[in-house]
Amino acid sequence: MQRLPRLSPELAPYVFLSPFVILFAVFGIFPLVFSFYLAFQTWEPTGGLAAMQFVGLDNFVFTLQDEWFWKSMRNTLWLALATGLAQHLVAIPLAYFIHTSYKRTRNAVVGIYFLPYITSSVAIAMMFSTLFSTDYGLINQALHGIGQIPGLGWLAPAQPIDWRNTAETIKPAVATVVFWRYLGFNVVLYLAALQTIPADIYEAATMDGAGRWQQFWHITLPSLKPMMYFGVTLSVIGGLQLFEEPFMLIDHRGGTDQAGMTTAMYMYRTAFDFNDFGTASALSWLLFLFVALLTWLTNLAFKEGRA
Amino acid sequence: MPSFRAITIARRAFCLAAYLLAGSLACAQSQTLTVTAYPAVDEIIKSAIPTWNKLHPDVQIRLISREMENHHTAMTTALSTRSNLPDVMALEFSRLGRFASAGGLEDLAQPPYLIAQYQSRYVPFAYKQGTTKGGAVVAAPTDIGPGTMLYRVDLLQKAGVTEAELTQSWESFVATGLKIKARTGAYLVSNAGDVKDILIRSGVKPGDGLYFDAQGNVLVDSPRFVRAFELARTIRQNKLDGKIPAWSNDWTQGFKNGGIATQMSGAWLAGHMAAWIAPTTKGLWRVTQLPEKTWAAWGGTFYVIPKNAQNKAQAWEFIKLMTLNRDLQLNAFKVKDAFPALLDAHTDAFYDEPLEFLGGQKARQWWREAAMNIQPIGVNKLDNIADEVVNTELDKVLSHGKDIGAALADAKALLDKRAHRYDSRRLQ
Repeated sequence: MQRLPRLSPELAPYVFLSPFVILFAVFGIFPLVFSFYLAFQTWEPTGGLAAMQFVGLDNFVFTLQDEWFWKSMRNTLWLALATGLAQHLVAIPLAYFIHTSYKRTRNAVVGIYFLPYITSSVAIAMMFSTLFSTDYGLINQALHGIGQIPGLGWLAPAQPIDWRNTAETIKPAVATVVFWRYLGFNVVLYLAALQTIPADIYEAATMDGAGRWQQFWHITLPSLKPMMYFGVTLSVIGGLQLFEEPFMLIDHRGGTDQAGMTTAMYMYRTAFDFNDFGTASALSWLLFLFVALLTWLTNLAFKEGRA
Repeated sequence: MPSFRAITIARRAFCLAAYLLAGSLACAQSQTLTVTAYPAVDEIIKSAIPTWNKLHPDVQIRLISREMENHHTAMTTALSTRSNLPDVMALEFSRLGRFASAGGLEDLAQPPYLIAQYQSRYVPFAYKQGTTKGGAVVAAPTDIGPGTMLYRVDLLQKAGVTEAELTQSWESFVATGLKIKARTGAYLVSNAGDVKDILIRSGVKPGDGLYFDAQGNVLVDSPRFVRAFELARTIRQNKLDGKIPAWSNDWTQGFKNGGIATQMSGAWLAGHMAAWIAPTTKGLWRVTQLPEKTWAAWGGTFYVIPKNAQNKAQAWEFIKLMTLNRDLQLNAFKVKDAFPALLDAHTDAFYDEPLEFLGGQKARQWWREAAMNIQPIGVNKLDNIADEVVNTELDKVLSHGKDIGAALADAKALLDKRAHRYDSRRLQ
């Protein structure tokens, strides 16, 4: 009867690490390196790997001169700014409200806000498609209803709005979905931070005669700054990589006049619709540089505040 | 606790089982023909397997089916990495050009295939569609989508207009639409873009593609694009289209409740309409040729053999069976609305049967006529981008009132940039 060889103690750490290292190498590092390599090539993928041809910086130059790349960047920035700002401006007061007003039911309330974050994006897209429907959608019906109230007629549009097929309304529609989906996540972040603020600071402030508003402004907000930095960084990165919501809610081309085409969507289309993997790789690296730049700027902004 | 002996026996048994399994897999591999396809085509293949098994009892068919988009992405990956390549792949009409141009597919015109001997048996445009600029025949057609127009006969009657008025010319088509809209409230078409899509197919010079000529020059500012854009704009300005995207809820709803008077599409749409889109409108629809006798194809399926396939001889046998067997071609038509690319199948009495959904019309004869008149259109690997460029400019014309001349000039500039980029690469 043979015995299995014993694992030597020197090797053991590497063996135990190997599942992660191997998976990370295959699904993390290799695609990264390969896409960097591809960014300098032109490649007709159906021709096999041999069809690759080195083109230097051509893909980068082309992308930087490409009208559609800049159009997608404008769309992305619009959406990132609109959804990012709204999320944080609402999440902070909301978290504060939940923190101070709910005791026993707090977890349930937070859970409800967090639910959209863990819901499948396909289900979300289907639900919002129905809500945004031109003739039967609840949103248009609600607008119509508001218009019926005397004095509020000016708020309702004369015609039902075709939210998902009109260039002007595509971005607001997508932004609504993104805001709704990620608000809960930010609320959880800020709630966690709120719980770390020592209660004695508030007690001291109360004894000094500070009201609830003064406490929020002078104690809560400054104490939340590290979490704001974290949350805003996540929003910057997530916002600039926005893909699922417009892709599912509008269509794969970003809708009328590509009004909802984000840079990540354009990158995907360049690769899989237009079969230009080289340019798509260059585009992804340019997007990465841009994300890195904005993250750095976010860092700078919060650093100054902290000093 | 089991004894050591028991463990040893178990281990030996396991080794034997593993050995047998590996052996049987190896055996199976040498006699397996792998075919990849997408919905509807997969069903057609499945129903042909009994026939195949009778002819080739020693070769099993392994059918892998994926959703349409995934299938083509998976096939791109398989060709690019030359791994997991099937012996036969089905490709959809609009994606064929992309796959054909790269050189990863077998030339079926060469020995041992010699497909040219069967050329006269295929619908002419479909056969030519599988031919590359260099003369290689990389794909064998199995089904086609001859384009006709479905229209609501009740709405036409209510509006007091005739089918002839509708189809005489594109201008009369729009004029008739105005009457239909005024008297019934129904939209002429679901989307003005559909009309543009057909009109740019009308009057393509032999050898030219939709967007590029054979030399790769951009054609998007030619008169057919101007006319297509103008007509689409007229339709939008007169509110003759519902701005409804195909396959949306509003689209199927529009067919159900008589909100859309006409729809131009491939022959297969009538089957979908009858089966699930608007079965309640039975008897209200008719088929006619497109206005101004424009001929166009919507979709279609081709079979190809990758250059690095394992089992090319059997693959070719399979393709011949699927595309040249009259019974199988007819069965696919009867069961899955896959219009045969095989001419022999077109003489069946099935074509003369009236279609209940179309008020007893012998519509298959109309589709047969269309199939014989469609001309092949040259393909360019930038067609997908060109399509997107043109659609985006049309969006600007329709929703922002952009000047048509300026829109087409912008489209041309965008495409020129991309086309020349590839030219300069080739020189390197």
